[in-house]
Amino acid sequence: MPVSLANSGVVYDALKKCGIGLVSALPETWLVHLIRMAEDDPKMILVRLAKEEEGVGISAGAHFAGVKSAMLMQNHGFLASINGIVSLAQLYRIPLLMLISYRGHFGERDPWQTQGGGVTEPLLRALGIPYSFLDDPAKVEKRIAEAQTWAYASLHPAALLLTRELMWEEPA
Amino acid sequence: MMQRLECLRAIYDRLEDCLVVTIMGAVACELQSLGHKPNFFYLQHAMGLGSSTGLGLALCLPKQKIVVFDGDGSILMNLGGYTTLARYRPRNLVHVVFDNESLLSVGGFPTATSTGSDLEGVARASGIARTKTVHTIEEFTDVFDDALKANDLTSIIAKVEAVGPKGYVTELALLENRFQFKRHIEKLTANTHRGDAEARRKS
Repeated sequence: MPVSLANSGVVYDALKKCGIGLVSALPETWLVHLIRMAEDDPKMILVRLAKEEEGVGISAGAHFAGVKSAMLMQNHGFLASINGIVSLAQLYRIPLLMLISYRGHFGERDPWQTQGGGVTEPLLRALGIPYSFLDDPAKVEKRIAEAQTWAYASLHPAALLLTRELMWEEPA
Repeated sequence: MMQRLECLRAIYDRLEDCLVVTIMGAVACELQSLGHKPNFFYLQHAMGLGSSTGLGLALCLPKQKIVVFDGDGSILMNLGGYTTLARYRPRNLVHVVFDNESLLSVGGFPTATSTGSDLEGVARASGIARTKTVHTIEEFTDVFDDALKANDLTSIIAKVEAVGPKGYVTELALLENRFQFKRHIEKLTANTHRGDAEARRKS
């Protein structure tokens, strides 16, 4: 599978350096290695979800409990979570750290991903959720740390878009 | 038929040593009417996520008892959450659904539990072995007390009358409640280990 194992490892290590103790996830192709890494890590609480919006509640509970968390989801999972993001995370000032795989953008071959790809950034902007891109392994650690720092300073959700450039390696 | 407020009154004293999450509307209002405590968090929107918030608390704080007061309208919006609860089976979580078969706060529109959908059946089929539907205060109190002692995930479906308070806005500001709740947990956990590794349950 051409999902980058090396770059998934870079992202996972960065989450660990930020003190993430709980990850909620719903599998999608680009996230498979990341989810396995969380599963193999005895110090990580991994919560596999039925629907991504549950992750907003779980992260809120973790925040109240003093545990730093991250949500791993596809951009369609972000779309499916919007009510929870607005009426829990934003209403109650929960510092959500969302890692969203940016499917359906340039380079996407799966037709079913393309509509969601087009609305991801406009929706993040409409919700007032700041975001940056994880596109260069050398900058992943800094960008995740900075997003988390901002989320805790502002008590507000922040998003990191996992790009094709980082996550996908075309077979030679 | 029993009323939700009577149920809450019957077990109110048991809540002192628990962390309590309620959903919005009548449940939040009625629990506050009995006396707000810093260990109570009222999720005044995000229907369906009360149980998920309780699950997050339960997994991160395995030494604390977590009680979630849910409703039929809310849990019907997150039936998948039942499967997630069952999957991780937090031993320290008691989930109560006040089932009035109605979306009461918007004027009493009947929910699917009024036409035969059985939440105990949904919970059991999702993998929650300890689940029971109760109809009387005595039964509710007994099952709730058993659940607190059982050291296992329990979902109690309490069939209640579709009545509630006249209004739903209370004096307590949402953010005041949120920060107070978090501060309360910080004090509780200041001298204890969180035990995140032991809380970790994977399937």
